[in-house]
Amino acid sequence: MKFGIVVFPGSNCDADCFHVIQQVMGHEARYIWHKEARLSDCDALILPGGFSYGDYLRTGAIARFSPVMPQVVEFAAQGGLVLGICNGFQILLEAGLLPGAMLRNRSLQFICKPVHLKVKNSVTPFTRKLWDGQVLQVPIAHGEGNYYCDENTLQELKQNQQIVFTYCSPEGEESDAANPNGALANIAGITNQAGNVLGMMPHPERCSESIVGGIDGYLIFASMISWLEEAGR
Amino acid sequence: MKELSYREMGLTDEEYQKASELLGRTPNYLELGMFAVMWSEHCGYKNSRPLLKQFPSQGPQVIQGPGENAGVVDIGDNQALVFKIESHNHPSAIEPYQGAATGVGGIVRDIFTMGARPIAMLNSLRFGPLEESRVKSLFSGVVKGIGDYGNCLGIPTVGGEVYFNAAYRGNPLVNAMCVGLVQKDEIALAVANEAGSPIMLVGARTGRDGIHGATFASEELSESSAEKRPSVQVGDPFMEKLLIEACLELIKEDLAAGMQDLGAAGLTSSIAETAAKKGLGVAVDVLKVPRREQGMTPYEVMLSESQERMLIVPREGKQDRITEIFEKWGLDAAIIGKVTADGLFKVYEGEELQGSVPVAALTESCPVYVREGREPSYYKARQAFCWKALPDECSSETILKLLASPSIASKKWVYSQYDHQVMLNTVVLPGQGDAAVLRIKGYEKGVALVTDCNGRMVYLDPFKGGVMAVCEAARNLACVGARPLALTNCLNFGSPENPHIYWQMQEAIRGMSLAASTLSVPVVSGNVSLYNETETGAIFPTPVVGMAGLIDKLENRMDMAFKNSNEAIVLLGDMRTELGGSEYLALIHGQESGAVPTPDVKQEKALLDLLLDLSSRQLLSSCHDIADGGLAVTLAEMAITAGMGFEVNLPLTGQRRDEVMFSEAPGRVVASLTEANLSHVQELAAVYGIPVHLLGRSGGTRLLFSFGDKELSVDLAQAARSWGESIACHMS
Repeated sequence: MKFGIVVFPGSNCDADCFHVIQQVMGHEARYIWHKEARLSDCDALILPGGFSYGDYLRTGAIARFSPVMPQVVEFAAQGGLVLGICNGFQILLEAGLLPGAMLRNRSLQFICKPVHLKVKNSVTPFTRKLWDGQVLQVPIAHGEGNYYCDENTLQELKQNQQIVFTYCSPEGEESDAANPNGALANIAGITNQAGNVLGMMPHPERCSESIVGGIDGYLIFASMISWLEEAGR
Repeated sequence: MKELSYREMGLTDEEYQKASELLGRTPNYLELGMFAVMWSEHCGYKNSRPLLKQFPSQGPQVIQGPGENAGVVDIGDNQALVFKIESHNHPSAIEPYQGAATGVGGIVRDIFTMGARPIAMLNSLRFGPLEESRVKSLFSGVVKGIGDYGNCLGIPTVGGEVYFNAAYRGNPLVNAMCVGLVQKDEIALAVANEAGSPIMLVGARTGRDGIHGATFASEELSESSAEKRPSVQVGDPFMEKLLIEACLELIKEDLAAGMQDLGAAGLTSSIAETAAKKGLGVAVDVLKVPRREQGMTPYEVMLSESQERMLIVPREGKQDRITEIFEKWGLDAAIIGKVTADGLFKVYEGEELQGSVPVAALTESCPVYVREGREPSYYKARQAFCWKALPDECSSETILKLLASPSIASKKWVYSQYDHQVMLNTVVLPGQGDAAVLRIKGYEKGVALVTDCNGRMVYLDPFKGGVMAVCEAARNLACVGARPLALTNCLNFGSPENPHIYWQMQEAIRGMSLAASTLSVPVVSGNVSLYNETETGAIFPTPVVGMAGLIDKLENRMDMAFKNSNEAIVLLGDMRTELGGSEYLALIHGQESGAVPTPDVKQEKALLDLLLDLSSRQLLSSCHDIADGGLAVTLAEMAITAGMGFEVNLPLTGQRRDEVMFSEAPGRVVASLTEANLSHVQELAAVYGIPVHLLGRSGGTRLLFSFGDKELSVDLAQAARSWGESIACHMS
């Protein structure tokens, strides 16, 4: 089983994802430079966090034009697992693989802190080791994580169970006080309709080892691995 | 651009005379500019060099002491830490966002220039009173500047300190420290090896920004400083990120003979420094320098401080491979000249020679001033101040006020704007312990990092304050279980031309040197920032200490939060009562005065050794040093971070309550431990000659102080709010 970690100029969580897949999860990982055209050796893709191209324009807005992106779109269309974390989520939105857009955090500040997430859909390939209603603690680190979409899209997301994680209190209450960035409906992570592409603002790779802050993120990677194993990868 | 006179460039009449003598003729405008920036305090250390010699810089752990881009210390397993702290005070005073951002950029370049992967940053910041709107805007601009730059680079900002005091009104201090990790056999030095080698310039294009930044950094701030905003550079963290990755690839493949970042004084300084080490010369053509503005003169090109640029001297035959790597990262690499054997720094514009100066004239011949220091009158007056005449204001209200004092309060508002977790190494996060702790992947060991300086103590007594800054940094490292390895410092002072300020420098450096030698923590790098003055006077002398330590086994690390209720709380060290220089006197009584508590460095050393012994035996549950705000604040912070109260008993034997509660005397820590470990800890402490005072127990939802006849109680939740929300409240 091999994970491809897509590296754009300015990505900065690529090495962290690589470390978790290889050293913590014990699976093969390789970096995919954004100019590469072949991803066929990979069983799953991770678009890591960072500031692709400096994100001076709008987060992810330039990265979506990278040479690798048509391959990522094709990979997703074939049903491959694609996980976009933080800047990776923003790029997936810009590329149209996921619906909606990101606004600046309502505090207008970058926020780095642990938040609580409620699992809203535990039957995706990314959450099958979790249960509905489970509360995870996962760190965020972003300036633009204020998810937004129009009302119709929100209804679709809800109907199709595409909302996977929401911000909540430690007790699991999806309150405004527990919403760190102003995201619509406390949305922290969504999938595409098919369920094989997940974008999430919090960083699961930052909580996959107890020494650096918990293991709740480990369960997300473990879910992906178990799904891939069942798929015969 | 209007032509400046040599005086406007910052040269004195004597210096102008000396430059002319060295050249054997009158320097032209370009040459004059080169002398001015190279002989500025910022580049030439002309006022501080004789004083800096006092610092101990040797030790078995030292791989590279002062003189390179950064210091290097051995951490075993063929690995080394590379670190340095640097100021960006003046730029931040007039353009806080860019000033702070480019300060981060500059120090990061110093680290990867040495071949090290930057793994952590810290910031030591000083501002005026947070109640003032100008201060709020400076503070938020600086924090945002640091955050935006560091976050984009993907280097965690793991620690630092922030103080607020009227002494820094108008002249904030922004000191940035960067720490890198390198394989010992991959350490790169900034040396041009042999004549004939090409010189490459890589990274951002050169513009008119930052011309004479080094000169500007070496004079007092005034009403007209805002006009010098063009002297502030503009940062591009994305470009820097690309440079880091490309340069580290270069070093992995051993393609560069020399590498030097462009910082203060731009091309002039980086070229001169690269050539000077081997007595070589250089010939550069300014037309070959990629520019982002048209019509730049040779003077402007040579003095520009445009950010995110690196100078590379390739190994023979490796130039094409270097170009290939830079192309991969989308960076331009231009050959702008070559190394020569004649020892001259020649600047051409095409075929035409525009200036020629001996490299040594710019570097080695930089004037050195040994000045006379004179004890200022305030010194004895403030020492003599007797606080015993003031009423004892020890009350729960005072405790809450101290906790809410922005210098003491939680810095969460600051560090939550910094990515402190990227790279997956941060084991003790900001706010959790006395120092940041990072793991080294693949090993049991970790490193601990801290910055410290109490400017008020240094002001009241520069010698003792200098000792205390070094001791506090070392103590903070020991409180997380780390053995101090080495330190870097950023010496922020007023104008050295004022004998009173020069005296502060002399005394502080004497104190720091004494403490560093006694604790065996050599000084491996540093930076000097002088002329931190406005019309209303100089800042508090603030020699910030950045220190790195090693934890052999990360499982032995400690933090400051109580762990379980009903554990014993002890004070390790003396029950001291000096209140001089304390935040309590300043905040509650409005007195920044009094005799500074006398540090005992030998006793401090014994305390450090004891703490390391205790942590290696895992006998303590938590540990926190006594510093700003005294014992009361230390206990409160341990409780607040744990969400668990305490009861302590402080029997008075003639002392006042406020002395016991709020004294900031050094050499002391508070720890919590299980009942079962108590006798063992007492035995070990006796071996090291450190007294143990059993204060009380953890648990409950109150901070309860009992003084025999009187009790003082503070609600934990209320304390947590005062301490936790104070800065956010000021800023909202």
